[in-house]
Amino acid sequence: MIVRSRLRIFRTIGHRFTSRIWRLGAATRLFWLTLISSGESFRRLHLTIREVYFTGVMSLIIIVVSAFFVGMVLALQGYNTLQRYGSSDAIGVLVALALVRELGPVITALLFAGRAGTAITAEIGLMKATEQLSAMEMMAVSPIARVIAPRFWAGVIAMPILATLFSMVGILGGYLVAVPLIGVDAGAFWSQMQANVDWRLDIVNGVIKSLVFGVACTMIALFEGYDAPPTAEGVSRATTRTVVTSSLTVLILDFVLTSFMINV
Amino acid sequence: MERTTIDLWVGIFVALGVAALLGLAMKVGNLTTSNLGATYTVTANFENIGGLKPRAPVKSAGVVVGRVSDIKFDPATFEAVVSLNIDKRDAFPVDTFANIYTAGLLGEQYIGLDAGGDEAKLKNGDRITHTQDAIVLEKMISQFLYSKASESKDDASATSTPSKSTKKADDALGANPLDDLTKPASQ
Repeated sequence: MIVRSRLRIFRTIGHRFTSRIWRLGAATRLFWLTLISSGESFRRLHLTIREVYFTGVMSLIIIVVSAFFVGMVLALQGYNTLQRYGSSDAIGVLVALALVRELGPVITALLFAGRAGTAITAEIGLMKATEQLSAMEMMAVSPIARVIAPRFWAGVIAMPILATLFSMVGILGGYLVAVPLIGVDAGAFWSQMQANVDWRLDIVNGVIKSLVFGVACTMIALFEGYDAPPTAEGVSRATTRTVVTSSLTVLILDFVLTSFMINV
Repeated sequence: MERTTIDLWVGIFVALGVAALLGLAMKVGNLTTSNLGATYTVTANFENIGGLKPRAPVKSAGVVVGRVSDIKFDPATFEAVVSLNIDKRDAFPVDTFANIYTAGLLGEQYIGLDAGGDEAKLKNGDRITHTQDAIVLEKMISQFLYSKASESKDDASATSTPSKSTKKADDALGANPLDDLTKPASQ
């Protein structure tokens, strides 16, 4: 009996491992199918524009408000530490670099996964549960070209826009705290920032990061929805998995990308 | 076409994104300020560059006139060869001094150019011969302590009271002017 239960542990571990690998392969295949059938999402652009509205425009408020407060708290915390070293003028550099390089792309991706990714997963999972995807297939309409690809490209377009907005609004929030509230010199704030933030190495790298996060987050949300068991429970589980997997993927990818971008 | 409101919102969204990127480029980044246009490259050899990094500014009279483009080690002379990209509009005499300075006590290091009086100007590929190394703080402190210690030793041999000489050395350590420099920073 004991031997059998021990064997069952191994079997469970093995099953979990192989199912992960199986899902990874299926996700890669879905990614490939999306890429090769994405011509229609540009030929019929209104499909993609509609999804940009739902994933991007509807996420604007949460992105702008959280960026504002992140920028303000960065300025407060940064000032508190920097003034010990008598270099509170560098507060602008600190806020700008932190936002443009890291916080802008990463927090935007995490919020995007929570705000738009879950919506995508739930929508596609329900479409599958109510057999709308099968109905499309019966009408010889490819659900990947009609449903998946427009959402994919909408996410890829929306994420960098949201991330740059996050950085910009965050810097404005930091400015509001540093200059009128604390009394750092406005000229020093902007000039130090301009002297130390590089266009190619900081800003463009941040945009590249957010593009990669956009592909990852949207693809995970789409796959979880497409792969969800067509039941209420299955859709709810898939939605949870979207947030968990997207967040972990974003944070791991962030480390990998940063280690490529920063020459130590 | 009933989707006009959605189109409008998406248009606003994309325009906001472009505006934010432009704002980052112009107001936050140094796309406009570091745009040096045409440059010429000169090299300078230093025995010690301290913490100088590529992309560090090259300043003359406090104004940024260029950037450090490359730092290499020359195995023949055991010196650092620093390449400087300088704006074409700013021609410097051939006897210009290149010094490595530090912005503030703990700030980044940059190259300061002090123009000489020669008529001939530096050209692309020239080498600045008059250079001054970075000041390494540890070296300076040890030199200072060494000179103080030898000074007090001279005092001690003159008065020949060994107990007093150790006290003198302690005084010299206590009166280190670098203490005054570091004190306001640690507060």
